[in-house]
Amino acid sequence: MADPMAMPGPGSPTMEVAPAWAVAAVALLGALVVVAALLDGILASRASGGPGRTMSGLARPFGEAARLMRQRRRTTVQADTVLWRIGGAGLLVTAALMVTVVPLGDWTVFDLDVGVMWFNAMDVMVWALVWLAGWGANSAHALVGGYRFLAHGLGYELPLMFALVAPAIAAESLNVGRVAAAQEGLWFVVWMPVAFLVYLLGVAAFSVWGPFAPALGSDVAGGVRAELSGVDRLLFETGRYALLAAGAAFAVPMFLGGGAGPLLPGWAWVLVKTLAVLTVLVWLRRRLPAFRPDTFMEVGWMVLLPAVLVQDLLVAVIAVWRS
Amino acid sequence: MVIDIAFWALGLVAVLSGAAVFYVDSMARATYALALSFVAVGLQVLFLQQNYVGVVTILMMVMEMAVMAVYMVMFMGMNPALMPMSMVHGNRTAVVVAVTTFLVLAAGILMVDWPARRGSPPADVTMALGESLMGPKMLVMAVVSPVMVATIVAGVVLAARRTRYDRFGDDLSRRPADDPQPGGVGR
Repeated sequence: MADPMAMPGPGSPTMEVAPAWAVAAVALLGALVVVAALLDGILASRASGGPGRTMSGLARPFGEAARLMRQRRRTTVQADTVLWRIGGAGLLVTAALMVTVVPLGDWTVFDLDVGVMWFNAMDVMVWALVWLAGWGANSAHALVGGYRFLAHGLGYELPLMFALVAPAIAAESLNVGRVAAAQEGLWFVVWMPVAFLVYLLGVAAFSVWGPFAPALGSDVAGGVRAELSGVDRLLFETGRYALLAAGAAFAVPMFLGGGAGPLLPGWAWVLVKTLAVLTVLVWLRRRLPAFRPDTFMEVGWMVLLPAVLVQDLLVAVIAVWRS
Repeated sequence: MVIDIAFWALGLVAVLSGAAVFYVDSMARATYALALSFVAVGLQVLFLQQNYVGVVTILMMVMEMAVMAVYMVMFMGMNPALMPMSMVHGNRTAVVVAVTTFLVLAAGILMVDWPARRGSPPADVTMALGESLMGPKMLVMAVVSPVMVATIVAGVVLAARRTRYDRFGDDLSRRPADDPQPGGVGR
């Protein structure tokens, strides 16, 4: 038996660190989750108006976490508990698996030669997990929420996949470190803006965030999380923030030049850029109207998919012309 | 040693969750048992250093099972998909066919003279696999894929009950179209 998973071989721009550093990667992801939750808490307080709201906004995520940890777990009749728990807890695991391929400056936990595909496979896992979280409770509203997510999924997933294709074509590699290294001088976001925007939309979508939140809508009693309570709900919500953070982190090597930047070291620039993208994503939550699940597929296939395919064609022509 | 154990453990997961598809009594569990089986196979493929093939297997199969969950509610009348139900039918025939197939394949494995390895594997085994599968037939492959897509589109068009006259009226002038399910871009 050969060693599993041949690494990208000599000349890889990133250095794989010892597996134990995965703990540090997860801790960093956790820190980003806390920042995103704090930011969302402040924005929520400000939206509700009144003076001196910022402080109560800062306390909001911690208060909510403490409340959920003490809350008694709700049970439903004939729930499919195994699938329900897998669905609820899986989002966080998926987000952690996503960040393993994201290089922090020069270091990466898992220097896979097909890292871009790995990220893509993980974001498809969210399809299964959100639906399972909706299915498991044996509750009509939760199941409706699960199907709303899949309806969005049919619209956003293909544009997201083709948005990830553009940087890979330009870098002639599926290794995330090489994609980052290929942006020396000119970041991909500058000459593939359509792919970048569609990617951000995809991140919001697989985090069930902002315009893609009808799966959790109050019109279906909370949708997927209608029956989620206590720690299960806390895990589900943390998982959503973690997916948002992982998506923001992956945008950095794909579109924003990785660790490139003046003065600061590479790892610091990766964190700064990740925080910037994450802030925009959190802020957008209250700025965009919801996409209706029943009509979004046509938007995805008639508008986003052709737009991103034209982007891919342009990138491919430029890549051929340059070589 | 650790690698061998991991490889065989994944194989065991793949076979057992594959068997679970027929043992469980819920469509959702059967669907995702099959997904787990494919994920285990995809991870095994990573051990063969076919990283691209392994990751794509995981990606496609999980997505396929999620889409299957859509269809099982769309097309199964009375929604038995949402109730406990048996995952097997035609038991006796199925068991006979399965056992016979297993015996034939196992006999084949044991009786064939396996060739010894000549040379050593190339640096990029994924590319070597692609070239040996498709290399001389690339033109055929490139032609087949648009033909397949055209066949799917034509099949859907022929199967659809509603035509453009139902949507746009007899003189094709009605705007927006009269659809039972309106789309998102207002065609």
